[in-house]
Amino acid sequence: MSSTMTGAAAPAAGVEAGPALEIRGLSKTFPIGGLFSRKAVRALHDVDLSLGRGEIVALVGESGSGKSTLARCVARLEKPSAGEILLDGVDVLKRDRFQASREYRSQLQMVFQDPFGSLNPAHRIEHFLRRSLAIHGKAGTAAAAQARLEELMATVGLQPDMLNSYPHELSGGQRQRVAIARALAVEPQVILADEPTSMLDVSVRIGILNLMRKLRDEQGISMLYITHDLASARYLADRTAVMFAGELVEEGESLDLLANPAHPYTQLLVSAVPDPARAGSYDPVRRAELRAAVMSPASCAFDGDPEQPCSAEHPVRHRVGAPENRHWVRCHLYRPAAGSAGHALAEAKVS
Amino acid sequence: MTVSQVSFGTHEAVLEVKDLTVKYVGDTRSTTAVDRVSFSIGTGEIFGLAGESGCGKSTIANSLMRLLKHPARISGGSIRFGGKDVLAMSPEELRRFRWQDVAMVFQSAMNSLNPVLTIGEQITDIYTTHAGYSRKESLRRAGELLELVRINPVRLKSYPHQLSGGMRQRAVIAMAVALKPSLLILDEPTTALDVVVQQEIMAQIKELQHELGFSVLFITHDMSLMVELSHRMAVMYGGRIVETAKAADIHTNPQHPYTQALMGAFPPLTGPRVPLTGLPDGVKFRNIPDLAEVSPGHYVAPFGAELLETGALEGATR
Ligand SMILES: Nc1ncnc2c1ncn2[C@@H]1O[C@H](COP(=O)(O)OP(=O)(O)O)[C@@H](O)[C@H]1O
Ligand SMILES: Nc1ncnc2c1ncn2[C@@H]1O[C@H](COP(=O)(O)OP(=O)(O)O)[C@@H](O)[C@H]1O
Ligand code: SF4
Ligand SMILES: [Mg+2]
Ligand SMILES: [Mg+2]
Repeated sequence: MSSTMTGAAAPAAGVEAGPALEIRGLSKTFPIGGLFSRKAVRALHDVDLSLGRGEIVALVGESGSGKSTLARCVARLEKPSAGEILLDGVDVLKRDRFQASREYRSQLQMVFQDPFGSLNPAHRIEHFLRRSLAIHGKAGTAAAAQARLEELMATVGLQPDMLNSYPHELSGGQRQRVAIARALAVEPQVILADEPTSMLDVSVRIGILNLMRKLRDEQGISMLYITHDLASARYLADRTAVMFAGELVEEGESLDLLANPAHPYTQLLVSAVPDPARAGSYDPVRRAELRAAVMSPASCAFDGDPEQPCSAEHPVRHRVGAPENRHWVRCHLYRPAAGSAGHALAEAKVS
Repeated sequence: MTVSQVSFGTHEAVLEVKDLTVKYVGDTRSTTAVDRVSFSIGTGEIFGLAGESGCGKSTIANSLMRLLKHPARISGGSIRFGGKDVLAMSPEELRRFRWQDVAMVFQSAMNSLNPVLTIGEQITDIYTTHAGYSRKESLRRAGELLELVRINPVRLKSYPHQLSGGMRQRAVIAMAVALKPSLLILDEPTTALDVVVQQEIMAQIKELQHELGFSVLFITHDMSLMVELSHRMAVMYGGRIVETAKAADIHTNPQHPYTQALMGAFPPLTGPRVPLTGLPDGVKFRNIPDLAEVSPGHYVAPFGAELLETGALEGATR
């Protein structure tokens, strides 16, 4: 079933045919309860997702939906239960069976939510960047390394004299820029950014998003931008994928997806984005009605319990709108009429 | 008829803060974190306090709860709750005041759960100690409370580390409303939460508020959320309030340049992609004067070129 979409995907302009990163059938199960409990949380189920070269893909969804687990599996901080991770076409789980190789880590880097936790307070900024260069053999001569450090600082929009600062002397936004510079030091092809702005101040957030956009445009780096903020996904990402209870339920070109959300869950997400136009007139009754409609067991059984099957028959992907939007949804509501059944991917019934 | 119209009918202040000044006293120098701040919150009103980190929002919240610790010191002003002087309360009065009259959800609350007790044990505790319910009744209510914030009651048996951050935060918010306080202080309660939960929690709070008539002090730096949910709001900068008005007025007609820049930092959900810049680096306002009423109910701190540091607001988009 993982193949239904690949054939239909039209490469976006300027994106080379082969994706930089391709995730196939990725699953992850965590045991819960006690030592002897057989209960498990299905954090990821059969996820297919690809990142084109120089493309930013946003992964959106509620907390607990499995976004971080996906990133952690791809960064190999967590061992997937099943699936393939192809970087540049190479299956990295087969190549480096037990842990990420240095080579892998110099191709793919992760930026975390908390820029405070990831920088040891005892060291100057210079230390983090220099170590990154050294570990990955990118340091070169002393002069070259110094020039590279200053270049990295400039790239992320920081003054070179900040290399001598300690993390606590920097603001949250500046620390996140350092974390990004550290990731860039190894010249990765892919950056996974897990909610990189959610702990930062509003004004600084836009700056970080603009920096990510610049890295895509100027260095062709592919990025997975994990967020629960749909507005920022729309602002930054070429494509957006929606995760619900460990599964991707919809994916498409960002503007198209947010303008025409097809999956009931995506519709709910979009409708929940705060809208200043509703100032002071927020109506919980209307919200409750909307929720009830979306969550009604008659049409949808997703109730936030990952163990609850979506319905007796697992829905497959169906195309939404024009093929160039690469917009699909996984939902029975978009099943083609009985006569034309048998195609996993079919034109959406527009309701 | 929406809840907001109902609850906004009477403006009988439940909380009145006047000229509150709070300092963090150091050996060599002290910081004035909150500087002559005044506002009031009406019965059933949702009052928003916006502003970027470090502007003094949490210090205000902690002052209201009398939770300030050394080296913080309230050096001026008054806080009255339901007519009572909060700053003069005895320890016994404070014990009842906290959590039963006023409850607070802290910024990092999701990390404040006890790691060695299950979620169920922690919620049940609240009901048995503060409300005197039986264990069985407490457990039943604990399950209901979790459902209220869309957590499957099987999670009563989970330990905090077994829940995602969002679930932990939802559990904490549920615990805060457990005793139905008359003022709920939410200090950036949704910073780590997704929109659906955020909306549902706020909808839930509004429903409860409609029923019980409690008030909310809602602290956030998410202007979109604040404008949508608050009746009135204040924007803080460097310990001062720079603007306060009905939320709708702040949205449609922000007056202070700082408010304008803050409103401009949110990407829209419709229309073309427009580059945004947020607040440019190096903007500083100093010596912010007292608020002046520019139109009925809309107060703005007067500002002029001399109040801005160089570089000012160029590039800030609206
Ligand atoms: N180490 C773990 N042990 C048990 N369950 C886990 C663990 N890590 C994540 N989970 C569960 O996996 C699911 C997905 O979590 P996560 O990937 O953190 O979601 P998100 O990043 O979208 O908020 C959640 O139900 C969470 O409780
Ligand atoms: N324990 C403390 N000691 C010294 N200064 C503090 C302390 N807590 C807060 N401050 C200072 O008080 C100001 C306001 O902080 P806070 O109320 O936490 O702001 P906000 O909640 O708006 O982010 C900041 O400048 C901060 O540095
Ligand atoms: S497949 Fe069925 S249950 Fe799943 S989202 Fe679509 S309508 Fe709802
Ligand atoms: Mg996460
Ligand atoms: Mg705070």
